[in-house]
This record gives sequence, C-alpha cells and structure tokens, in this order.
Amino acid sequence: MNHPAERAAAPHASPLTPHAPALRVRIWRGGADGAYQTFEVPRLESQTVLDVVTYVQRMLDPTLAYRFACRVGMCGSCAMTVNGRAMWTCRTHVAKVAADGELEIGPLNNLPVVRDLVTDMAPFFDKWARAQGQFKGDTTRKDDFARVEPSTPERQRVDAGIECIGCGVCYASCDVVTWNPDYLGPAALNRAWTLVNDVRDRAQSARLAAVAGDAGCHACHTHMTCSERCPKGIEPTAGIAGLKRRVLGAALKGEL
Amino acid sequence: MKARMQVLLWAAQRASAVVLAALVFVHLAVIIYAVRNGLTAGEILGRTRGSVAWAMFYGLFVTAVAIHAPIGLRAVLAEWADWRTPGRDRALVLFGLLLFARGLRAVWAVTYA
Repeated sequence: MNHPAERAAAPHASPLTPHAPALRVRIWRGGADGAYQTFEVPRLESQTVLDVVTYVQRMLDPTLAYRFACRVGMCGSCAMTVNGRAMWTCRTHVAKVAADGELEIGPLNNLPVVRDLVTDMAPFFDKWARAQGQFKGDTTRKDDFARVEPSTPERQRVDAGIECIGCGVCYASCDVVTWNPDYLGPAALNRAWTLVNDVRDRAQSARLAAVAGDAGCHACHTHMTCSERCPKGIEPTAGIAGLKRRVLGAALKGEL
Repeated sequence: MKARMQVLLWAAQRASAVVLAALVFVHLAVIIYAVRNGLTAGEILGRTRGSVAWAMFYGLFVTAVAIHAPIGLRAVLAEWADWRTPGRDRALVLFGLLLFARGLRAVWAVTYA
C-alpha cells in the first residue's frame, strides 16, 4: 500500500472510486430450484465479497436475501459459496477470489435454501445438540471456580478447537455430509471434542455414545476439506480422529 | 445395527488394513524377486506347493481381505447407492464369506492340489 499522501494524489485515489472493469457477479436467486442472476458491480479498492452482495441489495435489487451481522469475522453469519467454495464473505477480499473479474455467489451447500443466499441453519445446529454439544457440569454457583491449567494436554486440545464461530463452512464443504445426510459433520464433532477434553464435564459416556458409529465420527473419511477451509484455522479432522480413538477405547471396554 | 458394532467394524477394517499393508509389501517384493528370470506357473508352484509357510501367509491374506473389503463396501453402498438397510449387511456377510471361501480354495490349490 502506498503512503496516504501518494494515494491522495493518484488518479484512482479514493477507495470509493470504481476500478475498471466492473465485476460480473452471478448470484443465486430463489430456493433450491432457483437460478443464477447476473449483476454488474463496481470494482472498489479493498472490497470484500460481502461488500459486493450488500451493493447488489442496496443499489440494484432490494429483494435480494442474504445474512450477515458483525462484518468482522466473529459472528459466523455470512458464509456463502463463492466461486464454488464455501467461505466467510466479510473477510474475503474480492481480489483473492475474482482474479478474472467474475464472481459466482451461492448459498451454502448441504443445507436447505430458504431464499437466495440464505440457508436454513437448523439442521446444522440440531446436529450440535445431537452430538451432546452442551456442557454438563456438576457444580453450582456456590462452588469455587474449577482450576484448569492452560498447559495441560486436555486444555490445549480444547484451545485448538474452541474458537469455532459456527459459520457452517466446514459442514458445507464436507463430502461425507453430502453423501450421508445423517452424518453429524465436522463442526458438531469438533464441539463434542472440545467437551470430551473439558475436565469439568460429567456427560462423557453419553457424548461418546452420541458421536459413535455410522452417523458419527467413524463416518469421516479424513478428506480434510473442513480443515482446509475453516476460516478460523481449526482442524476438525484432528478432533474427529481423537473422537474415533476415544470411542474405540470405550467400545473395547464395553462402556459404549 | 448398534453403535458399538459399527465402531468395532470400523476398528476391524483399520486392523485388517494394517495386516494387508505388510502382506502386500511382502507379496510385491516376492513378485519382483520371482520375475527376475521370467515368470512361469511352474516356478510359482515350485515355491508354494507343500509350503505351510506360504499357505499360512496367503491364508492370512485371504482372511484380511474377507474382513476388509465387505466393511469398505458397506460405506460405499451407503454413500453412493443409498443402501443402508439390514439387507445390505446380510448381503455383505455373504460377500465376505464368498471371498473367504474362494480365497482359501485358491490357497489350497497352489499348496496341495
């Protein structure tokens, strides 16, 4: 990036000045049997894919449905399929995904399409519940704080997976979810893995039973697309491998 | 099928894969060694006929295949053919038994026939 003073003197100085040529953007319209509609959107400096979608809705077609909230990569609301890959749109710069000036933006795969770019996330989060993704302790507010050393292996395994924002990118990218709709998917299993390693949790047997078998961690083929595409750099595949080992241990001991 | 059985099938497929990896390595090494002067049925049978060691080697090979292949096909049939019923599992048990029987018959043929 140039010095601000140099930028101000340059012909295309303002970040609001459109670069030529404009972006050619194909956006999914309608439900599952909808179709792509093409829009021309001005190319701007430091433009994100979410900026593009917002421009279309505010300037070209106010009926376009899409979902976002924080715009800074924290809420997990704005994930879409961009040029064939699921990604968060608020922190994806157009420059990184539209080298030839073309964008194809669709709803996330593996989830029911409500309308346009909005998917129904209920099946995704229902699977978190099915994977026993809730913390279940046995202390009350009258008890002292639990002390968990940051250096312990359990806590470090929790740290590796705890920053999930529930965006659904991994779930939409997982071939096994496509082939096996009952499969819990990477995010729910990653959540279960963080709780399996939570030394305060008291529902471990039920959780291991919930994530076992054909619809659980053992269905994972270790394609690692979830780990490749997670915008937070989490590796659900590693957690799923950990769950496979834990569940096998429980099965061999007759605890499953 | 109960989750515990599904987990044990998963483990059996991984364990049989470990066995197969070692056996396939030996199998390929012997092929490379055996073809150095050309490959003839007589040479192969000369090595295997009456050999308890080779019979045990390929007997284990056949057993591992008969475990490994049906479990793998179980996932393939579920994911690509959407066949997840108990009928699938019964068909695969028969398929595994067929592999086992035909494989052992071949081992017997090169050892004692």
